[in-house]
Amino acid sequence: MFDALSDRLEAVFANFRGRGALTEDQVNDGLREIRLALLEADVNFKVVKAFVARISERAVGAETSEALNPGQQIVKIVHEELVNILGRMSAPLELGSRSPAVIMLAGLQGSGKTTAAGKLARLLRKRGRQPLLVACDLQRPAAVQQLRILGEQVGVPVYAPVESGDPVEVARDSLAEARRLGAGVVIVDTAGRTNVDEEMMDQAARIKAAVDPIETLFVIDAMIGQEAVTVAKAFQEAVDFTGVVLSKLDGDARGGAALSVAEVTGRPIKFASVGEKLDEFEAFHPDRMAGRILGMGDVLTLIEKAEEVYTKEQADDMQAKLLKAQFTLEDFLAQMQQMRKMGPLQGLLGMLPGVGKALKDVDLDEGQVKQVEAIIQSMTLEERRNPAILNGRRKKRVARGCGRSPQEVNELLRSFDEMRKMMKQLGGTKGLEAMKSMRGMDPQDLAAQMSGIDGGGGLDMGAFPGMGGQRAAVGAGARGPAGGGRPQNKRIPARKKKKRR
Amino acid sequence: MEFVVAGIVIAVLVLVAFVGLVSGRRRPPAEPGPPRERAPSGSTALDTADPDTLVTPGPVDLGGPTTAEPEVTGPEVAEPEVIEREAARPEAPPLTARERFRLRLGRSRGGLGASIAGIFHRGLTDEAWDDLEESLIAADVGVDATMELVEGLRDRVKAENIRTGEGALALLKEVLRLELLVSDRTLHRRGEGTTVWLVTGVNGTGKTTSIGKLAARHTAAGESVVLAAADTFRAAAAEQLELWGERAGARVVRQSAGADPAAVAFDGYQAARAAGADLLMVDTAGRLQNKSELMAELSKVKRVLERDAGPCDEVLLVLDATTGQNGLAQAKAFLDAVAVTGVVLTKLDGTAKGGIVIAIQRQLGIPVKLVGLGEGLDDLADFDPDAFVDALFSEVAQDVDLDER
Repeated sequence: MFDALSDRLEAVFANFRGRGALTEDQVNDGLREIRLALLEADVNFKVVKAFVARISERAVGAETSEALNPGQQIVKIVHEELVNILGRMSAPLELGSRSPAVIMLAGLQGSGKTTAAGKLARLLRKRGRQPLLVACDLQRPAAVQQLRILGEQVGVPVYAPVESGDPVEVARDSLAEARRLGAGVVIVDTAGRTNVDEEMMDQAARIKAAVDPIETLFVIDAMIGQEAVTVAKAFQEAVDFTGVVLSKLDGDARGGAALSVAEVTGRPIKFASVGEKLDEFEAFHPDRMAGRILGMGDVLTLIEKAEEVYTKEQADDMQAKLLKAQFTLEDFLAQMQQMRKMGPLQGLLGMLPGVGKALKDVDLDEGQVKQVEAIIQSMTLEERRNPAILNGRRKKRVARGCGRSPQEVNELLRSFDEMRKMMKQLGGTKGLEAMKSMRGMDPQDLAAQMSGIDGGGGLDMGAFPGMGGQRAAVGAGARGPAGGGRPQNKRIPARKKKKRR
Repeated sequence: MEFVVAGIVIAVLVLVAFVGLVSGRRRPPAEPGPPRERAPSGSTALDTADPDTLVTPGPVDLGGPTTAEPEVTGPEVAEPEVIEREAARPEAPPLTARERFRLRLGRSRGGLGASIAGIFHRGLTDEAWDDLEESLIAADVGVDATMELVEGLRDRVKAENIRTGEGALALLKEVLRLELLVSDRTLHRRGEGTTVWLVTGVNGTGKTTSIGKLAARHTAAGESVVLAAADTFRAAAAEQLELWGERAGARVVRQSAGADPAAVAFDGYQAARAAGADLLMVDTAGRLQNKSELMAELSKVKRVLERDAGPCDEVLLVLDATTGQNGLAQAKAFLDAVAVTGVVLTKLDGTAKGGIVIAIQRQLGIPVKLVGLGEGLDDLADFDPDAFVDALFSEVAQDVDLDER
């Protein structure tokens, strides 16, 4: 998500970085690139104009500081302006004190309202609320049935008295039903409607009037183009929504519409839908998203996800092992399983600063994780703890046990070996310092640190196996002088070593 | 806080090590698609499936109204709730496909049509050219395509010594028409046996709805149509297709939720062939084009389907007209995965301009074959490039005229 936009901006600023003062020409070059990148990212052209004008004004004023060179300064300005457009602060769901609190969803056809309703219900239920789903999409065939199934999947009651008829009535009656069931939150799913269809827009307004929602969420597809502005304005006029849900953000659309909508309507984007599964729904964080656009990674989300799945004991234990380089295949397996709880690997990768880009072409699917798991699980406990004892016969046995080839077993062992070596390095002086310096930092600083936007510090992804080459190609110059990067991929010598055995 | 940092450092390490592993492993075998042992091939899945659950015949109403024209009036075939609004319109005289197309486009064309027409009213100034660029970008034509189009137009205007705005505009229309020129926009049929169309696209573009409309069109022409509900992922997708099948009088083949879509497609063909149906349409689950696993699944659906049915006569990509530049990426990915032969451009009745199809045809050579213009059973029209371009430049006033009918 937003990858391509961050690529473009990074390419622009790759020239800026490391130079002394910026000439006006350079600034203009950069601005032109920013303009093009934003347009290609489907940001509305009017929004682009305003955006570039603001950047230009601030960049020419050249508020340089001692800490940042002018190139970095522009990155900072662009980042700040992006945050400005995306909404200055994270906006949580506002449920008020009245019961039932009503949330209404509205949007174009196929934007993902019904799915969002299911996801929202799941989220609220996880937070200890008692939601009730209300099926007011009486337009699309089987939409009611779809909501019923989703309700069943997330364990939330669904009020769906009719398959056809007047949705306004259904909406109105749902309040009594909610009181009867003791449901504190009512989520009203409505039919998709075109912004030029006055009759349907009026219906949306009438549904809204009937239930008086505290939150009206406008669901919009992250892939939408220039029309985002027109559509958002029309919906704002009709139902005056309080927040936006950005759906299908797991696609590779550049998602410029998010910028447009936030800018034009002034309403915050509250949620991002990032997958087809019902738990792939998260709070939208403008600052993080802006960071992501600029290739700063999304360390904060990663931290949040890690917090959900790691206990303190586990982490302490791991840290100790890491520092003493006593990391075994067993631990590796456990870590991998933990990590999968954090979400799809591809998504996690995208959150790491600089990584999403370097590994854009690497396909990760959960099936591969399972294969690796299977290989490890086919080993005896002793083998997992001490892989050195794996000789040819044992490897063959393991390969048979998991249905993979012995070569694949070898590859896994080799990778594991490299990872251990790296951990040793990290566990040594430099890594310890890095870790210490990370402690007690506030998350913002940590994000900046890891992304290296302030130059230096942070984790250099080039230090990891299989990535050295890619990083170098991408121009790690942006990352400051953080050392430890292996310029070459060490795989080939490693393989030779294995053969000798 | 700090324990989390440790956790992250570990997670990063493991993740990166794993990626190194995977990317390293991926290279040598160069084996696309999901691992063999995990994915049962379509035929084996069939063998294990309970034959009773395979085919759920919908109401077979093959007779249908036998009007040759696709102008089926809604109320005859459809359920009231969707058609209501259509029916509420005063009895309009039957429109030709082109008129309908323009009428619906007209609603959405106000902005662009008017703006382009007004651009050159002060002559061929630099400002006007910039405005033209902007208008095309605003129509989602895309930056690259717009730059090329406008540059080409400027050169020709100079070469042909055109001085007036009208002249330039006429030339632009001609250029756009040429861009959209393609020899064949028909939906391909088989001379003999059951024609097979595979319908694909990302989530929420209107695949199922388009199939419903297409089914209605062909049953109305007296053909027998079978629909295969190979979207086994989304909740109630098969039910949705069944409802469309009921309305259109087409038989629907489905399995339980979560079934192997390739097996459903395979069954669909078996059922269609056994019934001697004229047309089989296979509905597939929406999938984002960057999910390689799902794209591989789609390739498999096509492969398994074609094993018995022979090559698909059409592989349609359903594209939402509101889609911006990502539409091109979608077309590319689906072209790679299943060799798309045509685009169905849906939701063109909104304000969306659908300009991305120009880039799609320019770069990939995939023509638009159909356009979706609403939620009614007959809101589907053949793509008419002349009407598309004309409508692109039609004035608001003209739309009002049409609306009053």
